[in-house]
Amino acid sequence: MARNNKNNFQKPKNGKKSLLLLIKSLKPYRWAVVVALLFAIIGTVIALILPNLLKDVGKEIFVSTRGLPINLQKVTSLCIWLLIMCTVSSVFSYFQGFIMSGVTAKITQRYRTLISEKINKLPLKYFDNSSYGDILSRVTNDVSTIGQTLNESISNVITCVTMFVGSLVMMFVNSWQLTLITLCALPISMGLVLILVKFSQKYFVKQQKSLGELNGIVEENYSAHNIVKTFNAEQKAQNDFEKVNKELKTSAFMSQFISGTMYPTMNFINNLAYTIVCVVGGIMAISDPLFAVTVVAFVEYMRIFNQQISQISQISSTLQSGAAATERVIEFLSEEEQPIETGDKVTLENVNGLVEFKNVSFGYTKDKQIIKNFSAKILPGQKVAIVGPTGAGKTTLVNLLMRFYEIDSGEITIDGVSTKDMSREYVRSLFGMVLQDTWIFDGTIRENVSFGTKGLTNEQIEHACSFAHIDHFIRSLPGGYDMVLDETANISQGQRQLLTIARAMVNNAPMLILDEATSSVDTRTEQQIQKAMDTLTKGRTSFVIAHRLSTIKNADQILVMKDGNIVEQGTHKELLAKGGVYADLYNSQF
Amino acid sequence: MFKLLRFFKWYTWVLCALVVGIIVFQVNLEMELIAKMGDIISLISLIRNTATATVTSSMFWDIGIKMILIALGICASVVLVNLLASTISSNFAQTLRTNVFKKVNSFSMEEMNKFSVASLITRTTNDVKQVEQTVFVMLRMAITAPVMGAYAISKIVNSSVTLTWTTAGAVLALLALVMLLFFVAVPKFSQIQKKTDRINNVTRENLTGIRVVRAYDAEKEQEQKFENVNKDLTKTQLFVNRTMALMWPGMDLIMNALSVAIYFIGAFLIDGGSLVYSDLVVFVSYSMHVVMSFMFIAMLFVVIPRGVVSGRRINEVLETVSKVKDGKGTQDNTVVGEIEFRNVSFRYPDAEMNTLENISFKVNKGQTIAFIGSTGSGKSTLVNLITRFYDASFGEILIDGENIKNYKISDLNNKIGYVPQQGYLFSGTVKSNLLYGNENATDEQIEKALEISQSDFVKNLEGGVNAEIAQGGTNVSGGQRQRLSIARAIIKNPEFYIFDDSFSALDYKTDKTLRKELSQYTKDATKIIVAQRVGTIMDADQIVVLSEGKIVGIGTHKELLNTCDVYKEIALSQLDKEEL
Repeated sequence: MARNNKNNFQKPKNGKKSLLLLIKSLKPYRWAVVVALLFAIIGTVIALILPNLLKDVGKEIFVSTRGLPINLQKVTSLCIWLLIMCTVSSVFSYFQGFIMSGVTAKITQRYRTLISEKINKLPLKYFDNSSYGDILSRVTNDVSTIGQTLNESISNVITCVTMFVGSLVMMFVNSWQLTLITLCALPISMGLVLILVKFSQKYFVKQQKSLGELNGIVEENYSAHNIVKTFNAEQKAQNDFEKVNKELKTSAFMSQFISGTMYPTMNFINNLAYTIVCVVGGIMAISDPLFAVTVVAFVEYMRIFNQQISQISQISSTLQSGAAATERVIEFLSEEEQPIETGDKVTLENVNGLVEFKNVSFGYTKDKQIIKNFSAKILPGQKVAIVGPTGAGKTTLVNLLMRFYEIDSGEITIDGVSTKDMSREYVRSLFGMVLQDTWIFDGTIRENVSFGTKGLTNEQIEHACSFAHIDHFIRSLPGGYDMVLDETANISQGQRQLLTIARAMVNNAPMLILDEATSSVDTRTEQQIQKAMDTLTKGRTSFVIAHRLSTIKNADQILVMKDGNIVEQGTHKELLAKGGVYADLYNSQF
Repeated sequence: MFKLLRFFKWYTWVLCALVVGIIVFQVNLEMELIAKMGDIISLISLIRNTATATVTSSMFWDIGIKMILIALGICASVVLVNLLASTISSNFAQTLRTNVFKKVNSFSMEEMNKFSVASLITRTTNDVKQVEQTVFVMLRMAITAPVMGAYAISKIVNSSVTLTWTTAGAVLALLALVMLLFFVAVPKFSQIQKKTDRINNVTRENLTGIRVVRAYDAEKEQEQKFENVNKDLTKTQLFVNRTMALMWPGMDLIMNALSVAIYFIGAFLIDGGSLVYSDLVVFVSYSMHVVMSFMFIAMLFVVIPRGVVSGRRINEVLETVSKVKDGKGTQDNTVVGEIEFRNVSFRYPDAEMNTLENISFKVNKGQTIAFIGSTGSGKSTLVNLITRFYDASFGEILIDGENIKNYKISDLNNKIGYVPQQGYLFSGTVKSNLLYGNENATDEQIEKALEISQSDFVKNLEGGVNAEIAQGGTNVSGGQRQRLSIARAIIKNPEFYIFDDSFSALDYKTDKTLRKELSQYTKDATKIIVAQRVGTIMDADQIVVLSEGKIVGIGTHKELLNTCDVYKEIALSQLDKEEL
């Protein structure tokens, strides 16, 4: 649920490869990127020259300490030159940011589109083993992490490297002796940074883990609030909570403290180097007083140089989380898709609705076959009732008919033509479908009813709704057919089902798959649904997941399912006479 | 957020005072370090006048050693401040979480619904984290920045008025830049959040309706819908990114221009004799500190509002008082197993009409009472009043002859075994879930409860009673969840059972056997059943038929078939005539 995915230390499984993938995503925009990077380098190089130019101004002023007059004209011209330079530097770095933002926007938009399209290309099987939350998190969190990384890190790497090399060069230019002193401090501060980063990461991971655990406990107790209360388990819950809460506090403290210590420690080492540079510089100035000005510039370069070291650790963690996000997105995008159908596909001219299962075998997983060698013939206009206890796998048949899943062997034919010879889309267009977990999307009632059917007139929609006994209700709503439905819309489960019936009705498919209303719908609405379904099924071959005795009794064929298998098939009378699962189920009803 | 500071203990305040003290000390040292740099430069300036003084390297080393000591002092103070700030903020977060969690546990259903579970979860975790971070940042930055700014300003105003004004100009420019970004980009942040939510929604929609989308061959329509939202989001993001891209180049420009300006003006001042070179160098350092401290203060304006919003959300929870009040407690009752409703009416908060109207009935020990009616008739609401998830608006409810408001809620709960419609299970094992009913239950009792609740499937689970249960019980089927929730209530061995539509996911056969076993085992307990299926309640001692919150019939199955039209209609729709 509300889990915080925005941690900065997510590690990719395969660092180098994912980093490469991240960089590869820039490929279509390589010229823009090259220009941006060029801008970054120019901006940085100019910025690096600034302290040196300022040194020249300093030199002009320094003569005052020897009692000489300052050449104000030269100072003025140098300052104007400096102002121009720093403006140019900032303009270049802004344009770098401007271009990279554009590139990033295009890439993230593209990734989101690809993910959205991918969802529709994956076989339904994929969704059996993956949570929606996970996919959603890829569309939003991961893509936005990629965006952040591209936006900041790529140019940061370039700037950082340029600054690092540039300031080092400038330091040498100013004084090689002082540079060597500074470089002595380098391994110490690098080493310290690495140790602290490693140390604090351990606690960051711990903190994230505790946060996850805490989230779990909170989610569980709040969702089951009424159970916690009636079982007087508040104290137990609080105790469980406190345990994790304490762990979280400790790890939060440790990670905060350790990472917070990094700054003062590095600062100290920098100050140490700074002091030594000042002292040594001062001593050197005894023989060459103008060296004082050099020391001022040198200190500035040293500051820039040291900044890059702390930058590097920051960039590397951003890059790492960016790489991890890319890995997750690419992983999703390269999931195996439904096979693309090639070759000529058959379409039927006049659909009669003769459906035949011929020795059909199927299993959701390779090692467990749940439908074995099943055969049945359903004549045009017949009604097939699918019955069985909850969880018996009644939707399996729907999945196979609609080709949501492919059967392992045997074939299903419609009017004598194997569904394998038709395109998936065509097979689906032959069936109207009303499921119990009614699906209503954000949109007006009109859009919801006409979903998937093009070119409908308002009359057709309203006509279908009145057949579905929902027209009157819709008209009583604020806005009528134009009322926008969303999660909070106050329409009941039963009314939702009536809407989906209307949807199937305007779709006018030659065959039907229906899920009867169960107990969660009140009696009156249930009767309405029943009537609407009866109207709908008239003259159409229909498969009904049935709960009502009247439907079951009147069915031309009954398929009894248990534990995923079709265990019996026949008419009501035949099955009763057989005395098997169906008879048992039927007799125990009352 | 500031209201939450009431959770600071007295020693927290002492620690905070300590933090302020150390920071003042630390800033002092930092300024001293800059001054020492000035000393070195003035020393160099003296080199020229060897006639009056001899400059030796030991003089530089003297200053150097002082500088190193100062640097050590700075380092120690920052580490100490960091230690204190981390301690204060993490402890504060822990206290907040404890209090929020405790508070939510005391809520009745009314408060739960007011906030929604999802929002309460975010408030307990993310919002607290946000406040924790804000407190930490405040302790480190909000104190350092003004102190540093004040110090640095005090150092520069004395050296040159003109240069001070120049610095003030830079500060103004900086504030203008920050304000611009703040007013242009920050409002868009919430838009990005909203648009991301839309992306989430459309994707979720496509995922939950994937069968329908494919059945109607509407993939293209869905993708188009996504694309529209996607473009919209991208546009806003691009705008924000391009605006925010102004920040660093802009700040660099201001800082660089400031140093150039100081050198430029400084040259004229030195020429005029009102300033010396070493002062100028030191001045640049000080003025950078001034600008930087203002920059930090400006950034606080970005960080703090988030913390304030989160703080407000947390405080809302903490200040909410549950409407359902604990009773004083009662003596042992002489009567047991008796429930009576006397003219009870109930209205949901903010509703226009009563959900329940003038409900009266009485059940005695060992009896079964059932409630039936269409959706929205008030059945579940009615049983929610018995457990005091809500309190009745009018009238009174008596248990064992005593108004339920007089009981301590925990005593009341001890009498009741509640089985909700959605059989929620906790993460753990089958056993740990059952022990929820009674911690001291023996293995035999567990066995028995599983047997009565028809939970033979447990034997087939890997590990039997020790099989893992996922959070919410999502790794077992709906029917299995219901059966385990029933077992959980049985283990409690209560005076009353409440089954709130808890047989709905069972098939008819299991439903029937379960009820038979149950009624034998719980002969002495009073049972309250809410159901949709007539078959489930046919043999209840009393059936109450509800319609639009009113009782339209009370009696046995047989009686009601003859006297109550609503009941007859329900029964007929579910059973064939000959089966009645």
